[in-house]
Amino acid sequence: MINRLNIQGLLDQLEQALKKTITDRGIENPVMIGIHTGGVWIAQKMHERLNIKEPLGLLDISFYRDDFSQIGVNPKVKPSQLPIDIEGRDIILIDDVFYTGRTIRAALNEIFDYGRPKQVVLGVLLERNGRQIPMKPDCVGETITLPPGQRIKLTGPENLAIHVETIEKAA
Amino acid sequence: MTSDQGIQFTPEGKLKHFLTIEGLSKSLLTEILEVAESFASVSEQQVKKFPLLRGKTIINLFFENSTRTRTTFDLAATRLSADVLNMDISTSATSKGETLLDTIHNLEAMHIDMFVVRHAVSGAAHFIAQHVAPNISVINAGDGQHAHPTQAMLDMFTIRRFKKDFSQLKVAIVGDILHSRVARSQIQALNILGVLAVHVIAPKTLLPAQAESLGVKVFYDMKQGLEGVDVIIMLRLQKERMTGALLPTESEYYKCYGLTEEKLEFAKQDAIVMHPGPINRGVEIASEVADGMKSVILKQVSYGIAVRMAIMSMTMQATGNRE
Repeated sequence: MINRLNIQGLLDQLEQALKKTITDRGIENPVMIGIHTGGVWIAQKMHERLNIKEPLGLLDISFYRDDFSQIGVNPKVKPSQLPIDIEGRDIILIDDVFYTGRTIRAALNEIFDYGRPKQVVLGVLLERNGRQIPMKPDCVGETITLPPGQRIKLTGPENLAIHVETIEKAA
Repeated sequence: MTSDQGIQFTPEGKLKHFLTIEGLSKSLLTEILEVAESFASVSEQQVKKFPLLRGKTIINLFFENSTRTRTTFDLAATRLSADVLNMDISTSATSKGETLLDTIHNLEAMHIDMFVVRHAVSGAAHFIAQHVAPNISVINAGDGQHAHPTQAMLDMFTIRRFKKDFSQLKVAIVGDILHSRVARSQIQALNILGVLAVHVIAPKTLLPAQAESLGVKVFYDMKQGLEGVDVIIMLRLQKERMTGALLPTESEYYKCYGLTEEKLEFAKQDAIVMHPGPINRGVEIASEVADGMKSVILKQVSYGIAVRMAIMSMTMQATGNRE
């Protein structure tokens, strides 16, 4: 198992996948939204690479999570910043890792509270096994399978890097 | 921790009821303030409603009138997507002779998840918390002369927003300390959060016996008490105290203890002025001060919503775990 993943390669592949989807679907002037925190870092890269004109949006979905009663209220929630009216717009939603799908469900719920977009395209740097609800990313940097007890960790935003780590058992 | 304070927590140590500040830890109070900070920051968003308490039913059980407190609890619950029922009990069942417990058990039978209780009798919220079904949280919105912990927390939140570090602060509380549940809860919270000093300023007749044992410095004179303080909290002078021979006249009280611009000069230059409301202009506070640059009274009201959202979501989180 290679612990450190090639971030540049993943960013390149995600960029290509997004470009293809944008072309295939004839999307013009999309709105890009990153999910706090890792998704925002990836979205910043994609926003620049794809030369998107609308300012980047930011979502903090902590207050929308379905596991709030298990993990508790996160004391450091950032206000979401959706830059413009999203009604009828083409949205490109970006996250770092697609895992259970619950984050994306929460993000979609929050987006739809702000308006009804025309469509939402989901792009993630990595898709891993462990899906729990019927959701799937449209564009991925790479799809990988991890054994139980391992997870993907993104560090940044300077010197953006991604690696696989073993989850420490809680004492 | 005594069993009386222990009632506020689940066996796993999570906050379940919010009845009094007494016995709570500094870290818990800080956590409440931080969660509230998140809610305050998102309350300026275009969409300020979150699905955290969707499907939960909250009853505002007000045995005593209150517009502001009830409204902010109502808004807080609504912004967390809970369903809220406002019950003005003083005009309903109890006046027909139903006991408090019968009222509670009837409401319980309607499968509610939280009671927000205001009652004229000290200990009423505790009493209800002791008797409700285990899945129900109780929040004290003011009981008699005992406690008003959510008001104290929103005051702490306001102080923190303007003054940051509690450890360097001198806070003065002015007015009817004896009858004030707000003052009692504020003094506890300020001491737990570790302020430098709490001054209470009042005539002898409006101070509890051995007030110093609460952890405060007692002053009978505004000039001495306000000297060098960072925060001034004015308390409402309840009109009914005048009739009880505790005070001479309103104008006499205003002369000695009303916060005027001249008296405000005794405090630090950057002092803030707070008041839990409703204010009596010209009785405990001058209009120029209440509406002045140093007044943060209306900020307190806005922050009250975020603080109540924090406390409601934290207590519901504990009961959610017990299912």
